[in-house]
Amino acid sequence: MKTQPRLLVFTDVLALLAMLIATGMVFLYAPIERVMGPVQKVFYFHVATGWVGMLGFLVAVIAGIAYLITRKSHWDLVGVGAIEIGLVFMLINIITGSIWARPIWNTWWTWDPRLTTATIMELVYAAYLLLRQGIDDPEKRARFGAVYAIVGFISVPLTFFSIRIYRTIHPVVIGGADPTVTGSFSMTPPMAQTFMVSLIAFSILFISLLWHRIRLGELAQRVEQLRLKWMR
Amino acid sequence: MKGFLRAMLAVLWKDLAAEMRSRELLSAMLVFALLVIFIFNFALDLEPATRASITSGVLWVTFIFAGTLGLNRSLAIEKDRGCLDGLLLAPVDRAAIYFGKTAANMIFMLVVAAIVLPVYSIFYNVNLVARPGLLLVILLGAEGYTAIGTLLATMAVQTRTRDMLLPILLFPVVIPVLVAAVKASAGFLQALPFEEIQPWLNLLVTYDVVFTAIAFMVFDSIVEE
Repeated sequence: MKTQPRLLVFTDVLALLAMLIATGMVFLYAPIERVMGPVQKVFYFHVATGWVGMLGFLVAVIAGIAYLITRKSHWDLVGVGAIEIGLVFMLINIITGSIWARPIWNTWWTWDPRLTTATIMELVYAAYLLLRQGIDDPEKRARFGAVYAIVGFISVPLTFFSIRIYRTIHPVVIGGADPTVTGSFSMTPPMAQTFMVSLIAFSILFISLLWHRIRLGELAQRVEQLRLKWMR
Repeated sequence: MKGFLRAMLAVLWKDLAAEMRSRELLSAMLVFALLVIFIFNFALDLEPATRASITSGVLWVTFIFAGTLGLNRSLAIEKDRGCLDGLLLAPVDRAAIYFGKTAANMIFMLVVAAIVLPVYSIFYNVNLVARPGLLLVILLGAEGYTAIGTLLATMAVQTRTRDMLLPILLFPVVIPVLVAAVKASAGFLQALPFEEIQPWLNLLVTYDVVFTAIAFMVFDSIVEE
């Protein structure tokens, strides 16, 4: 197995730098929002983690379809890696949302469509990991994983529509739909810049983590093959 | 097309005939469903005032729990003694097997509903049977539920943790069907104007189409050896 590729080392460093810059900008550069105060700063990482979570699940469904078509085990590694990362970031997204909601909506949790669908998504992909745990044959594990990633991904927008018939109280800051919802605000240029930087930083972090996860999967496969070889 | 339909009906007939002889699946689903209704009675203190607003929720939770039981059993039977392999060896389109199993599971769910509804009506002194709207919702809901449930149950029975896995896989995925079915049933039970119920019915039909299409497309990759 080759050592870590140069480009990956570069991506790691870039991710670290970008995260530092984003954190610095959130605390030092972005102004404090007039109505909500400092807690609004959660927004920058809250949206960015949500974006990474969605990106992870999107990558996973694409990898799932690609696996079912090509049957290359590589796509399975991409899929499972993307879902693991997506799960972690979606969880951060939900928790940071709760932290923000406590002072703004005066509750940790409310059954708002946006919150509900995000959590259902979390549950779908937790089930995905449980499904994989129950299968020993790697080929079958990959096949079932791909199918479940597709089915789960279809179900999430459907859930979103089914509860969207109600009005949401979750703010829509970008392309804002309803400025009257509790906690809505409009971004000043420094806020928008900080927001963009944290989005980019988290995207680079996602690429770096996914790449590491895929490499880890390849190494694990290799260990497995070596073990089989020596067992014989 | 004719061969497809014949294969599908053959699978359906096999399931119904097996059930007619053993009666183990339906009896278990029924007793379970009745027990769930009793438990709801004690857990929620179903008084006349509160009952009206939660009847549709209680009904759907009952159907869905009983449905999981049936789905698990229906495919566990296929897995035992290599029956599934036997089915797959048959020179027919595998989609026909899927649709046959789904139809059988849907019929089992409808039979459970056909017994639960009058029993619920007697126990709680409301008439649930003479409501064509509610029956339509149950038909549509059972279709969506068994369409995706049969697919996931086929997956679940092939794993090590087969008994626990199905509800964990199925419930988060089937939530949209549940939401739409509960809302539409509640609409019919409270006799809301049809315009208010229609969006939920539309959603329910959409789910049925989407879930059936998805399951049809991926079923092959779940049963291949």
